[in-house]
Amino acid sequence: MSKAIIMTGNSAAALAAKMCRIQVVAAYPITPQTSITEAISNYVESGELKAEYVRVESEHSALTVCIAASTVGARAFTSTSSHGLLYMHEQVHWAAGSRLPIVMCCVNRGVGAPWSIFNDQQDSVSQRDTGWIQLYCRDNQEIIDTVIQAYKIAEAVSVPVMVCYDGFVLSHTMMPVVVPMQEQVDAFLPPLKTSGHLDTANPRNINPVVFPWRRADSQGVMRDGYMEIRYKLHSALNDARGVITQVNGEYARVFGRDHGGLLWDYNANAAEILIVAMGSIASESMPAIDSLRAQGINVGLIGVRAFRPFPKLEVREKLAGAKAIIVLEKAISYGHDGALACELKAALYGSAVRVPFHSYVAGLGGRDVNAKEIEAAITDSLKQIAEGNLEPPTHWLNCRTE
Amino acid sequence: MGYDIVWHGRGGQGVVVAAHILAQAAYLEGFGGITSAPQFGPERRGAPLTASTRISSTTIRTVSQVQKADIAVVLDPSLMRIINIAATLNDGGLIVINTNLQPHDFPAYAEYAVATCDALHIANGCGLLKDGSAVVNAPMVGALARASGIISLSSLEKVFTERFKGVLASVNLMAVNEAYVATILKKRGE
Amino acid sequence: MIYKDFNIFSAATSALGELGKTGDWRDLKPIIDYGKCIPVVKDKPSCFLCWLYCPEGVVSSSSPPRIDYDYCKGCGICAEECPAKAITMVEESK
Repeated sequence: MSKAIIMTGNSAAALAAKMCRIQVVAAYPITPQTSITEAISNYVESGELKAEYVRVESEHSALTVCIAASTVGARAFTSTSSHGLLYMHEQVHWAAGSRLPIVMCCVNRGVGAPWSIFNDQQDSVSQRDTGWIQLYCRDNQEIIDTVIQAYKIAEAVSVPVMVCYDGFVLSHTMMPVVVPMQEQVDAFLPPLKTSGHLDTANPRNINPVVFPWRRADSQGVMRDGYMEIRYKLHSALNDARGVITQVNGEYARVFGRDHGGLLWDYNANAAEILIVAMGSIASESMPAIDSLRAQGINVGLIGVRAFRPFPKLEVREKLAGAKAIIVLEKAISYGHDGALACELKAALYGSAVRVPFHSYVAGLGGRDVNAKEIEAAITDSLKQIAEGNLEPPTHWLNCRTE
Repeated sequence: MGYDIVWHGRGGQGVVVAAHILAQAAYLEGFGGITSAPQFGPERRGAPLTASTRISSTTIRTVSQVQKADIAVVLDPSLMRIINIAATLNDGGLIVINTNLQPHDFPAYAEYAVATCDALHIANGCGLLKDGSAVVNAPMVGALARASGIISLSSLEKVFTERFKGVLASVNLMAVNEAYVATILKKRGE
Repeated sequence: MIYKDFNIFSAATSALGELGKTGDWRDLKPIIDYGKCIPVVKDKPSCFLCWLYCPEGVVSSSSPPRIDYDYCKGCGICAEECPAKAITMVEESK
């Protein structure tokens, strides 16, 4: 057993990026992400990491640099939060559409207006439809391991991966993290031996205008239309389900830690009441579940790790025996429901699972969510369900709503 | 078995570093579950702030803020005039104060165990200074070790030796040791 | 890499006439009067502003310069830029 080092989530992410031997880094400071790139710039400055650190004037440029670097086959890394992510939104689409295996850490933070530097998951959840793989971490150990897995996944399916974790709650909280051995990481993640999309021996024009229809290029080669290219991206994300699971399995064999591929569970086997959550709020739910089980309530937890691609069949399977489902999440799809709740309901449509469904939006803008509050919310929901309130509108946990 | 410790200080006093050092020492002491977090948000020099350390024999899953602590460590005694630290302590808790007064000088904390240590004096005496100011976080970690018994002096010494080199290490160790010896503990009800 | 499909993003090999012979888009045709054209008159490689300015890259930097009428769209920039007024745009009968 390797020795653990007490470190923050951001330190874990930076260390993981270094161990992946990233070649190009570009990022712009934004709370609570900044300490990742501070650490990486120290690695580059001290010579511990041989990478090109490109200073840029905005997040839009940061991701653009990564896109350019990845286009010529470099392993590229960036990280951001909230408004930084939204400022690079155009390039977030562009990276996925160009099928570049970039890895980005999104240190989750609420989005203005009004200004908040504190945690929720509205930033990355609002990037759901950009074509990126999104993985959510529950603790710092999972962060270091997931960044390493992310490159393996991204490079296997040629799709960028966003590693998301809660700002401050994980990014600034220290906990013991077992650091993998560099030789093991090198063996797990060999260098990217590719010239990327560009090759001096075979010059090409990347991302020219594409027409709605397929057409033969000047050399008579049939080129895809816009829809075919989009379909291939969609298929790649669908295929990524298997790859995420496989990479997680391989990682577990090599490093001895299994965080679950697409999702994980806690006391979920034969549990009648299933809590579903994503990120640190899932971790916070675990003591609540322990306490409820001690009171004889048969409750378990499903932690969603992959939000995109969404593990539809796996979720159905895990929830098959549930008598009630309660979702806890830190993002809202305004005018509808919690974002994760929407996905779960859609995944269950047409399945045999037709059970009471409560959902909670919690901890927006950094409002503290503790295990006792989660326990009280679950207890309250069970009482409501017993009284026949089977599928109420989204609850706002610990929020004045009158 | 677990402890929640909250550090009260001001921006620049090394509150976060103190919490980190305690976390590292607790890990060496064999505690498997440790988290250490600053009060979330902006950091401003001179402004009151806290950091918290959770220590447990099992993995800690909770990442929310510490509401009530078992131990409060006060790096700047002037904070006791503006923060009701007793309200943040669990029943039977311990408060460790950087002060040149004695535990019985804090009658408002009669329901708690009180430990005092003149960390400012010790830091100045050892020449533990940064930018001309005394560094009180290191001696206060020593005071906490003595008053609580959660971590041993030898674990603390290991952490400081790994963290600092040369003169800096020896000055820190001297301050930690002096504070450990000089700390006065009054148990609850004494 | 499990993706052997090299066609997963939009790409094109640079080639002459990706959109077919665009010369038939032309209304006016640039004609070079080699009696005025600087490299021809001076008998050495010089000027070539027509080659430099042509947005389609259909003028050669040879002496005399030659225009590839298969792809010249007749925009007239070469005639506008020619310092010797050696190029005139003439109507074509179609």
